[in-house]
Amino acid sequence: MALVPGLAPHVDDHGDERPRWDSKSQYLLSCIGFAVGLGNIWRFPYLCQAYGGGAFLVPYFIALVFEGIPLFHIELAIGQRLRKGSIGVWTAISPYLGGVGLGCFLVSSLVCLYYNTVLTWVLWFLLNSFQQPLPWSSCPPDLDRTGFVEECEGSSSVSYFWYRQTLNITADISNSGTVQWRLLVCLAACWAVVYLCVSRGIESTGKAIYFTALFPYLVLTVFLIRGLTLPGAAEGLAHLFTPNVQILQNPRVWLDAATQIFFSLSLAFGGHVAFASYNPPRNDCRKDAVVIALANSMTSLYASVTIFSIMGFKATKDYGRCLDRNVLGLINEFDFPEQSISRDDYPAVLAHLNATQPERVARLPLKDCHLEHFLDKSASGPGLAFIIFTEAVLHMPGAPGWAVLFFGMLFSLGLSSMFGNMEGIITPLLDLGTVPRWVPKEALTGLICLLCFLAAICFTLQSGNYWLEIFDSFVVSLNLMVLAFFEVVGVIYVYGMKRFCDDIMWMTGSRPGLYWQVAWRVVSPLLLLAIFVAYIVLLAQKPLSYRAWDPQHDQFPLRPEKLYPGWVQAACVLLSLLPALCIPVAALAQLFAQRRWRRKEVPSQDTHLKPQDGGAC
Amino acid sequence: MLWLLLFVVTAIHAELCQPDAENAFKVRLSIKTALGDNAYAWDSNEEYLFKAMVAFSMRKVPNREATEISHVLLCNVTQRVSFWFVVTDPLKNHTLPAVEVQSAIRMNRNRINNAFSLNDRTLEFLKIPSTLASPMDPSAPIWIIVFGVVFCIIAAAITVLVLSGIRQHRREDNELPEVDGTEEKCENVITSESSIPCHRLHMNGGGINGVFVTKDEWLTPL
Repeated sequence: MALVPGLAPHVDDHGDERPRWDSKSQYLLSCIGFAVGLGNIWRFPYLCQAYGGGAFLVPYFIALVFEGIPLFHIELAIGQRLRKGSIGVWTAISPYLGGVGLGCFLVSSLVCLYYNTVLTWVLWFLLNSFQQPLPWSSCPPDLDRTGFVEECEGSSSVSYFWYRQTLNITADISNSGTVQWRLLVCLAACWAVVYLCVSRGIESTGKAIYFTALFPYLVLTVFLIRGLTLPGAAEGLAHLFTPNVQILQNPRVWLDAATQIFFSLSLAFGGHVAFASYNPPRNDCRKDAVVIALANSMTSLYASVTIFSIMGFKATKDYGRCLDRNVLGLINEFDFPEQSISRDDYPAVLAHLNATQPERVARLPLKDCHLEHFLDKSASGPGLAFIIFTEAVLHMPGAPGWAVLFFGMLFSLGLSSMFGNMEGIITPLLDLGTVPRWVPKEALTGLICLLCFLAAICFTLQSGNYWLEIFDSFVVSLNLMVLAFFEVVGVIYVYGMKRFCDDIMWMTGSRPGLYWQVAWRVVSPLLLLAIFVAYIVLLAQKPLSYRAWDPQHDQFPLRPEKLYPGWVQAACVLLSLLPALCIPVAALAQLFAQRRWRRKEVPSQDTHLKPQDGGAC
Repeated sequence: MLWLLLFVVTAIHAELCQPDAENAFKVRLSIKTALGDNAYAWDSNEEYLFKAMVAFSMRKVPNREATEISHVLLCNVTQRVSFWFVVTDPLKNHTLPAVEVQSAIRMNRNRINNAFSLNDRTLEFLKIPSTLASPMDPSAPIWIIVFGVVFCIIAAAITVLVLSGIRQHRREDNELPEVDGTEEKCENVITSESSIPCHRLHMNGGGINGVFVTKDEWLTPL
């Protein structure tokens, strides 16, 4: 029997029967919903397009096979085997590794705070989509109604709606401004929705996940069909997928592919461990890991096709408008009959006029219009969703309907990821027994949601967007890599490869093959180490800065790059280090506790078990 | 003699109305853009209507009630369709100040647009800014209405959930003293390989299983 007698971890400390998934599909959908998030929509397509289209898929799939799937399998296996949340699992593997669980718990908590703020913005846009014309379609007139508001004129109606009417952003991060009540009520609503779904743990999320995990696929399909029928979709897709093999020589591509896989699968958050801990102990977690990871990647690809067909449409429309503006400028200056110059005739006419009357032509504000320039203007992150896509939606007939669908999809995607984050917080707390038995689970989750809501109010300040970018860049990047590295090393070398393989054999019925062993022993740790070092090197190379939205800037609407003030930089460093520091701190604490215990127990030393060795599998 | 007079009058007119002349305004129409297939051709009759509309606007200005159509001069009509116009005084020797003409046109911009079935963008008076329509301000912003609906639904759902949870707990608490033999029932449910015992420890009877090895001991200290 592979199980060592007295292997306590599969007995719950609570004594109560552990909640279980109603069905395997609930579990799979929850994990897929957690992994598939906003990043699949707005990070992967951007990376794909920025790094040579089809060629990017090569490093992406290599990273998936050698880093993503092995790490994911480990998480699901230990969660399912040890049947606890992140803190409990790592304390069970080795008391000195309890810090890993604590780090995961901290990362989940910090991510919960700012992730729901992004959902707040999505909710705000969703609520504003129920009107025709959409509020971001035109600039508001200024005070004497002879023109539009200056800030809007200088940039665009969509940027104005995002930066001014939604965020009301300040020009500098040190200027915090006031709390925006509109965002505050939306934040309250978002946390209420999260509480509603998470209040009974997987009992309630298991029901909600059927909608929140499947609805985005429905919407993506609708958008795909609509997008492919729009003019210019083909150019967008060609631009996205045309492989540029030269770019593979740039090490940055490999780094970004590895980190993208990592964050995309939501590894080292503790959420997957928590989800797997509610599984029946005999469950094929290997197949689950492969299925979920592949589903996540396929969703990314599917989303990029959809997004880029619509981006192609937008770029074609912008290109056409650029040409039309030039044509109109010529017609108005030289008093040609209306609509006498078509877009195709424009270059010839321009050349002719340039030859005959160059000074008049020179005075005109004619722009250089190139389709590639518009196709390249994609963005990642919130910029894609709230500025570029909202502008694209304006051109589609029936714009409010498409806006409602799009933001509804983003909301579901974010919500299903929030479930995983919240489980990464709630399950360890429940397992640790920090709460007395008579407190119902709803009260605990309510308290957590309330605390998170109060903490997240700082993101509704006028400088909230800058802080959110800081959290987004610094909380997840380095910490998760450190935590994942210790996860792999902890399971394979501390827990023991042989014992782990035996456990998997017991759970799934077959031993892990050569691919898994090589990946776990050598490839994944080395890859994580390499990415970590490369990341630090890149981070050290440029000073910490951010792009501010400053209407007073002389080159407005270009956003000036400003350096973070000292105290903000200290906060960045703290956010990057705090969860990872839990590992050494917890190990030291355990060391001191052991020493003190051993000194107390010196007379009765024969109660120790024989040491287990982590031999080769 | 008459020919000479006509020539002089035309010459004076020509001086008064010129591109970039003092108090002259350029007008640009985009009829095809506005009306597409229903576009009308710009001919002298349309010009007459335009002069009439300008004269009408001027007549609404105090002290200018005597403005006639003949006081409005058009010149440099191009194929675009664009032209310049000035408004002269009754004696036709000087043009009315631009400020007056500008305010008159602005006050009656809507009527002028409607006469030609155009709007502010397709009938442009360069240098005369149009007053933009004030934004539609419904009594309550639409997003608040939608938000109110959504929030009420959420609040109702949370209340139902919490109440049902409380009722369930109360029912479990009432059932607890009645159930005695669950431990025997549970032993039959143990699966063969997994030694996960199904034990429902009751809140009042629960205790730590003494055989259960505590966390500190099962791993030998390193």
